[in-house]
Amino acid sequence: MHKHEKIWLILSTAMIVGFFLFAGYQTFALQMGPPSHQETIDPQKVDETEPFDNPGVFQTGENEYEVVMTLQIFSFTPSEIEIPAGSEVTFTMTSKDVTHGFQIAGTNVNAMVMPGYVQKITQTFNEPGEYLILCNEYCGSGHQLMATTITVK
Amino acid sequence: MALAETIKTKANNALGVNPQDAKISKSYFTVTFLALLIGGTLGLVQGLNRAGLFELPSWLNYYQVLTAHGLLLILVFTAFFTIGYFYAGLSHTLGGLIPKVRKMVWIGFWMKIFGFVLAVIPILMNEASVMYTFYPPMAASPLFYFGLVFIVLGVWMAAFGAFVQVANWRKNHKGQHLPILSFFATGVFVLLFFSSIPVAIEVFMIIPWVLGWMETINVMLSRTLFWAFGHTLVNIWYLTAISVWYVIVPKVIGGRRFSDTLTRVVVILLVILNIPGGFHHQIIDPGISETIKYMHVFMSLAVGFPSLMTAYAMFSVFERTGRAKGAKGLFGFFKKLPWGDVRFLAPFIAMVAFIPAGAGGIVQTTNQLDQVVHNSLWIVGHFHLTLGMTVALTFFGVSYWLIPRISGRILTKKMNKMGVITTILWTIGMSFMAIAMHLVGLLGSPRRTSYTTYGDNATALGWDPYLIFLAIGGTFLIVAVIMQVYSAFHLMFRAPKGEEEFPIAEEEEDASKTPFWTERWSRTILIMLIVVAMAYVIPIVDFIGDPGSPPWKTW
Ligand SMILES: [Cu+2]
Repeated sequence: MHKHEKIWLILSTAMIVGFFLFAGYQTFALQMGPPSHQETIDPQKVDETEPFDNPGVFQTGENEYEVVMTLQIFSFTPSEIEIPAGSEVTFTMTSKDVTHGFQIAGTNVNAMVMPGYVQKITQTFNEPGEYLILCNEYCGSGHQLMATTITVK
Repeated sequence: MALAETIKTKANNALGVNPQDAKISKSYFTVTFLALLIGGTLGLVQGLNRAGLFELPSWLNYYQVLTAHGLLLILVFTAFFTIGYFYAGLSHTLGGLIPKVRKMVWIGFWMKIFGFVLAVIPILMNEASVMYTFYPPMAASPLFYFGLVFIVLGVWMAAFGAFVQVANWRKNHKGQHLPILSFFATGVFVLLFFSSIPVAIEVFMIIPWVLGWMETINVMLSRTLFWAFGHTLVNIWYLTAISVWYVIVPKVIGGRRFSDTLTRVVVILLVILNIPGGFHHQIIDPGISETIKYMHVFMSLAVGFPSLMTAYAMFSVFERTGRAKGAKGLFGFFKKLPWGDVRFLAPFIAMVAFIPAGAGGIVQTTNQLDQVVHNSLWIVGHFHLTLGMTVALTFFGVSYWLIPRISGRILTKKMNKMGVITTILWTIGMSFMAIAMHLVGLLGSPRRTSYTTYGDNATALGWDPYLIFLAIGGTFLIVAVIMQVYSAFHLMFRAPKGEEEFPIAEEEEDASKTPFWTERWSRTILIMLIVVAMAYVIPIVDFIGDPGSPPWKTW
């Protein structure tokens, strides 16, 4: 094996291991892991199952909120959410029909929301403004209409 | 071995092309380029719509067009090319196909066509606007899934045919290494067969459910089975492309192959590591723990290793060839490359595109980075680099010599020039599109969404200037598509008669002997199965028993 080839192989390995370790550091030390909530729900009984029998915005502490949300073709419930600036918001979500995606443009909030599963993702909103929430998984003929907003005051 | 290979190459070239084998590849290529024409046209329709320039008529919806575009280009164009190309390679390097194999690949051909027709009918009737990923609980017409069954069976026939051909050759050539192009073919067909098993299981879960025999379906299980297949498929097209880079391109530039041992190791690694790679499509899914997802970061990143080796190999071949031709200085070898030869130019641009494409792949396998781009147009930009540039341009490059070769014709100077122009137009169009998609995706614009401003939302309106480039890119691309399709059929039916070379590069003269363990496919497959089990047993067992979903038609 040539010298250059060895150098290249070492660099390649270092890069791959580097990415791997960095992803691990972020996930386990900084708690920045991807949304991975593990809880199931009967997708045909969402309306009768807690907490989704009462979707809405709930204050859970000082500057802490929980948004209990259902996704269904082609809307989010609740919609047009308002929260004060600086609050940490946990979205607890499930789908009542097909697979949807929950994305807030301009943030790193991005999670798959699937029927049969409860998904959670947390975000702190420091900057006041109106954020666009949209469905980013194709869910049917009205998919391009599935959006709402979250206003940070 | 180098001498033996020289003799073999000469013998094969002297034998010429078996007309029966040529007919097989020509039929596959005919479908390939028809799929490109229709799929490409549908792509333009989407680009124009997404840019807000074109409203689709009421009888045709965006998602129908998108389903057909995806199916035609990610499955039909690629699968038919790959099979046509490797069967030509098997015939050329293994002394002609045996009659049984010919029959098998023909049966496979018609099964795929039949399956495809079955799948297209409901798409045209808007009964299957479910995308090529067809995630349950969206439920298409049963006909769509029956079509998929026949497509998979047809692919299996082609794979089994290749295995029979290779086994037969090995029986008659004990102790010899499989010729390198056939070695690549074996790797590709092994992967095609094993990766389509999970999707076959998924489709057999779906069929009783869409027929109403089962009330619900396990959504996460079917999604996981899909991606074990879906991502591997893309990497199979990529493995097909790199066979051209390792075996064909060195000959086209007048050089020799990179180390035979390392080439075979790359193939073996790609076979072993590929199937678990599909998991990175599920990084932000519920129902899978962070620990499992983290383990998969490693499994997916590992695929980067053979790709980085390939990058080294290619530039090493270019440099050596250039130096042998008298190039001086660090980058002098660049001037010695045959830039005006489409057989080189197209795969070369394909390789260059794989640099950002591979980097993008690393982004997607790394959990937190993936979360930023998942399901945005960034992803679409990514696979227009991987498939649209890396794979498609390599395939185009092959078409300029392989189609005339099997048609008993030659690539004229004029057609070569046409190919160079096509390559440049394609590169411009795809670059516009892919760059714009990457950028607007970072801003949050979602994939698989027809033109929308979400009620004139300011954020969404800010994406419009980028989306215009989808239409501009699409316009360049459609011109390139028409030229490429014209060239393919011209070279098949109209070009002057003659004998075009099948360019297979030889090993370096001072090459060391390739160890024979590289020929032990049973061991490679066993290791592959162990890796697949490590990747999938825990999550799949976890999903079993989860509450299921009834079917939905939401379009
Ligand atoms: Cu949706």
